[in-house]
Amino acid sequence: MAETIENSHSDEKPKPRVRPIVRFGIFLVSHSFLVSIVCFTSGVLALFLLPVLAKNTYISENALMPGSASPMLSNQHVSDGNRLVKDLTNSNLKSSETGIESHKIIAQYMLDVGAEVSFHKFHPQMNQFHPLHFFSSPDSGKIQENYSCSSYGINTVGIIRAPRGDGKEAIVLVTPYNALTSSFGEVLSLGIAYSVFSLLTQVTWLAKDIIWLVADSQFGEYAAVSAWLREYQTPKFSSMSALNAEMCPDINNLFEIEVHSMAGSKFSNSFRRAGTMTAALVLKVRDQSEQFDDTISIYAEASNGQMPNLDLINVVNYLAVHRQGLRVNVEKLWSFLNLGWLKSLGEIFESLANIAKSLNPKFKFGIPATEYVEGTAILASSLYYQALGVPTGPHGAFRDYQVDAITLEISPKFSLDKVWRNDIILRGGRLIEGVIRSVNNLLEKFHQSFFLYLLTSPSKFVSVGVYMIAFALLIAPLPMVAASLYVDSNSSSNCSKGDSSTPSAITDTDEHGITIRSWRWLNSAKLVFIVHLWGAIVSVLPYFICQIPDCSPTTSFMIWVLLSILSLLILNSVLASPFACVKASQEKEWALVKSVTISSVFIGLGLMSVINFATAEIGALLMVPMCLLARPLKLDVRAGTFRSCCRIICNLVLGHIAFPPAAFFLLKGMLDGFGSANVGGFWMWVESLWAWNSATYLFIVKATYLSWMSKADARYQRNIFNIHSKKG
Amino acid sequence: MAFLRRPLLLLLLVTHQFLQLWIASGSVNEEGQKQEEFYEELLLKPLPDRKVLTHFHFQSSAPPSTSNGRHHHLFPKAISQLVQKFRVKEMELSFTQGRWNYESWGGFDSIPSSNAKPPGVELWAVFDVPQHLIDALWKNLTHTLSGLFCASINFLESSTSYSAPEWSFPPALGNLRYGTLPREAVCTENLTPWMKLLPCRDKAGISMLLDRPSIYRGFYHSQRLHLTSTGFSSEGMDLGIILEQTLTVVLQPNIQRASLARTSEKHIQPSWSLSSIFGKEVNGKCVLAETSNVYLLLDRSLVAELKQLHKENEKSAEIVLTSENFWTNSNFELSAKPDRIFIEESSLLSKNSSILYKFEIEKYSEFKPFDLGLTWKIPVGWMCQQAPLHASRFLMGSGNERGAIAISLISTQPSEGSMGANFDGERCELRVDVFQVVPWYVKVYFHSLQVFVDQQPKAVSDIIGTIHVSPSKDKVSPGVMELALKLPCNVSSAALTIEFDKGFLHIDEYPPDANQGFDIPSAIVSFPNFHASMVFLENDYLNKSPLLSKFQEKSPVMSYTEVLLVPLTTPDFSMPYNVITITCTVFALYFGSLLNALRRRVAEEERFLKEKAAKKTGRIPLLLSKLSAKLRGRRPEPPHPPPGSSSLVNSKLVLKVVLVAGLAVCWQYYIS
Repeated sequence: MAETIENSHSDEKPKPRVRPIVRFGIFLVSHSFLVSIVCFTSGVLALFLLPVLAKNTYISENALMPGSASPMLSNQHVSDGNRLVKDLTNSNLKSSETGIESHKIIAQYMLDVGAEVSFHKFHPQMNQFHPLHFFSSPDSGKIQENYSCSSYGINTVGIIRAPRGDGKEAIVLVTPYNALTSSFGEVLSLGIAYSVFSLLTQVTWLAKDIIWLVADSQFGEYAAVSAWLREYQTPKFSSMSALNAEMCPDINNLFEIEVHSMAGSKFSNSFRRAGTMTAALVLKVRDQSEQFDDTISIYAEASNGQMPNLDLINVVNYLAVHRQGLRVNVEKLWSFLNLGWLKSLGEIFESLANIAKSLNPKFKFGIPATEYVEGTAILASSLYYQALGVPTGPHGAFRDYQVDAITLEISPKFSLDKVWRNDIILRGGRLIEGVIRSVNNLLEKFHQSFFLYLLTSPSKFVSVGVYMIAFALLIAPLPMVAASLYVDSNSSSNCSKGDSSTPSAITDTDEHGITIRSWRWLNSAKLVFIVHLWGAIVSVLPYFICQIPDCSPTTSFMIWVLLSILSLLILNSVLASPFACVKASQEKEWALVKSVTISSVFIGLGLMSVINFATAEIGALLMVPMCLLARPLKLDVRAGTFRSCCRIICNLVLGHIAFPPAAFFLLKGMLDGFGSANVGGFWMWVESLWAWNSATYLFIVKATYLSWMSKADARYQRNIFNIHSKKG
Repeated sequence: MAFLRRPLLLLLLVTHQFLQLWIASGSVNEEGQKQEEFYEELLLKPLPDRKVLTHFHFQSSAPPSTSNGRHHHLFPKAISQLVQKFRVKEMELSFTQGRWNYESWGGFDSIPSSNAKPPGVELWAVFDVPQHLIDALWKNLTHTLSGLFCASINFLESSTSYSAPEWSFPPALGNLRYGTLPREAVCTENLTPWMKLLPCRDKAGISMLLDRPSIYRGFYHSQRLHLTSTGFSSEGMDLGIILEQTLTVVLQPNIQRASLARTSEKHIQPSWSLSSIFGKEVNGKCVLAETSNVYLLLDRSLVAELKQLHKENEKSAEIVLTSENFWTNSNFELSAKPDRIFIEESSLLSKNSSILYKFEIEKYSEFKPFDLGLTWKIPVGWMCQQAPLHASRFLMGSGNERGAIAISLISTQPSEGSMGANFDGERCELRVDVFQVVPWYVKVYFHSLQVFVDQQPKAVSDIIGTIHVSPSKDKVSPGVMELALKLPCNVSSAALTIEFDKGFLHIDEYPPDANQGFDIPSAIVSFPNFHASMVFLENDYLNKSPLLSKFQEKSPVMSYTEVLLVPLTTPDFSMPYNVITITCTVFALYFGSLLNALRRRVAEEERFLKEKAAKKTGRIPLLLSKLSAKLRGRRPEPPHPPPGSSSLVNSKLVLKVVLVAGLAVCWQYYIS
């Protein structure tokens, strides 16, 4: 578009006719300031309107039919579950130093109901940061040679084969359990799972195999589940680690005992599999009590903002609310609930909706202010966790293998009597049974409902078609501003040519000059590229810093900062110096740099929105105003007007806020109070991001150099001036 | 039928012996040749995991004869016509629901080797015609069988769904075609036509037990039809056909849950009887059958276990097992007295021998129905004999791009068993044949075949003796892989992996439930050096019983692996509307701009404009022309900032509209 505009400006001949779309483009570009303000504000407004625009969820896949069958889980099964709970709590009293005993108990219970049982021993594999593996699929990690015998975990896996099924598909039920410090919540979750499991061995309607994974969570829930999944999906047949593990007498003992005591049963030492996994449910019971009601929390965010199919959440929500009478919670940012301005915004929306309703009773888009505030809090947490790219529970491991999974956390109204416990097992068990039965009904894998959505309440969602509007409005100003800046810089250089104060190169022929001018942006692009390169180097640096042993987070962060500054200096001295020779009109050169930067930001954000929408949205919120306002300080200082002073202040503030560490501190300070924030915390946070291979990390680093970019505009100018003054 | 049967049964009661003679003479062909015969037999076998295996075996045979012409007494005409028309030398069709549990139901006997089938439909046939005619005959055969058995066997017609194994499939003959439909649902509509082939249908004899609800409640259910024909002469009239129909059902006897909870009775096997598992009893034999017997088979290891228990109890009792009273002992009790007891010849493989009890149905009638029951008195636990290696197959990898198929073979012997494999010189080798058909959209790379033995990677050439591969052709034929592995005898685990890319299908090649994924049919793992056979001591009788003579045949041990489900990329079928809309938009834009470019005459327009400029008329016409140009959206001649003016107009207009709208809103609000 920029080319055509340029042509239309430079061509002196009367143009017979300009097409309307071009005219519209010219109009937009020439009014880019106004347009960008309007677009940006409407983008932010649209973001805040999302809770109002959220639609009610509905079950899209007809085959699911949740709740159409009455639950079969009876008191018999509940007492089975209770027996397991009792046995496990007793065994903990007896021998708490080793978790093997309780795993054996679980295995024995599984065998008693006629399931196939196997143990899966694993060594926790630390998530390692690989700078170049962000989007690669999970592979079976590297073989580590020297495992110590002490650090291994045991997953107990029970499989029910569907009596008449063909075994092509399976449903996974996961209960994290730490045998060493088994809290009552974990034991209770095992009880619930066992009651369902014992029911499922008897039912006739089973079409898919059921896998119950008791994940040993002593190295973290995620590690155990992902180790099991790795073995399930990408096993290694020539494994040194397995051999090493065989050497350890402790583990061998366990298996020996098992084999002897359960001769002739369905226990096996080898890894057992069922078919392709359709869905996975992670079941947890929280130890803390809930005051009002038995509630169930749903965690759905997996790595890089991937979400399970909405139908899975719908089924859980429907069954929990309409069948079992549980309250359903989705994560929310609690601090949002107390924000006064949000409440007043909600009230404004509510009153607007009331007015609209009084005008035409058919307009029904308003929601009560309290609901709005809650919706915003949930939306914000939904955005935050998707943007962060760190899974919110062990279900994240499944999503890496394209399996839809959610974590259900039951937090009961706490009291310790047996009736209550039975009630929880019954209701939780019936919920799980209902979900499994629904998924069992599925003929095809989950595909009907949404994968891209944001939740604003357990039963309300914003689909991709709606939230993209807000994002599009946010980033719409970028190309316009870039175009207008480009046009401005070109036209101004035209003027300067008319003044004939320009260097000799342009004066000879018109076309030649035009070609030179039209390629002048390459210089700026080079500069932008260098800054990007520097950003890339900075982003790779932590990988090497990680290798330094015994580093506290604070020191490694300091090393990081020092190294990155050093690399900037080197890059500047090596690559940036040739720029100084370009004797363009310096005042106008920054405009080109800015236009190139903005267009690269636009492209980056556009791409990012495809990969992880939430990151792109938050990134756009931070970076778009910064990009639009950035202007060399020197120019503003020289101008000295009130307007430019404002601009300087805005620039400085924005430039610092959007700088990730600063943003991190601010957020943390706002949420937790400033005392808790320190430099090391940021390092930890960043480290956790690498560990999860989060794309957000890439993005944050990008944001880092972008925020420095805007300052670099200024700095660059200063550099050039310095060099010129020296030459002068 | 009922009218007919009543007098027959009366006769049965009165003169049993005479009746038999009479029936025999009735079916005797006057010309003294061999007649058509029909045998019905039922084998019952308790399984270790509290289930019961019931195996119905019906055999009809039509001897080669010229005299009958096209007509038969007992033999189903449809089958003989089919054999004649398609020159079928041997054929087997099986409908299966559920999976055979090789680990607990055994994998070595002749029942699992020949009756454990992959889920869905499996069909193979050997033709007695030259090579180039086979495919056409196969296609016609699939259609005929499809009509005969109410199943979608006709989908095996397309060349992408069947294959021609060279040597790895056990009836290793040329001219073989093999195809499976893993997704075929099996139900009564398939059983009824199968039953119609029996002379007595399900109205008399053993087949009376075939109560549909109880059969389909079972854990495994496989109906099979196997036919062999002998000697096609030039005429094709005189051919002998043996039709063997088997139905294998694994059922769980009803057990009370209350008794399960008690630990003392937890391990005791459930007691069952024919009436409790089928809900029916046998009211006498099918009068057209030569023999009508029920057998109860006690497994080798079960017998060994019982002997062990006996020793503990009574210290003596070596011969108790073979004695006549064994059917009521301290371990279990049979409700009917067996007519005969067979004991297996102890073989090289195991010292123990299985025991077979025979019950003759002839002795029973409507008033004294046959109902065999087995009551356990003490808990017994045993293991069925397994195939030397347990084969399982699974998919590796994730995502829509690529993956790998892995077949893992795990030794079933607890320690390194010298399991009687053939000793090839000094090195003991265990031969395993693997036959795998892969549909064309799963593009297997045969070079990526990797072999691991005991968790160590091995060179492919060391392990694989013979390999036959026919790569798939897109939309034409599936890929076939036949491997003969030579594993060391003391192998504890072996694994084969082979990588594949997932292909793309054309939009109309997707089935209606494309999002379920696509099936890779079961691989067949067979052990040619191992033969499942049971040789019984009294051979003279056994020749009369087709079921028992079947047991004595040496058939290689075979097992089927799981069916795999591969998710492929699927287009979004639910939104063809979007596609249509986008296409239409693109077309509209394209043709619009094309027409615009074609229609325009640039030179003429320019000349016109120049003329206009040359005229240079007065002020008012100029203004007018400006105005009209503005209205028509053209740019006025003297360069003039158009956006400013247009925005001016726009802002005015917008202001007006806002004013009117605001008024209207206020009005509405005020009124309400």
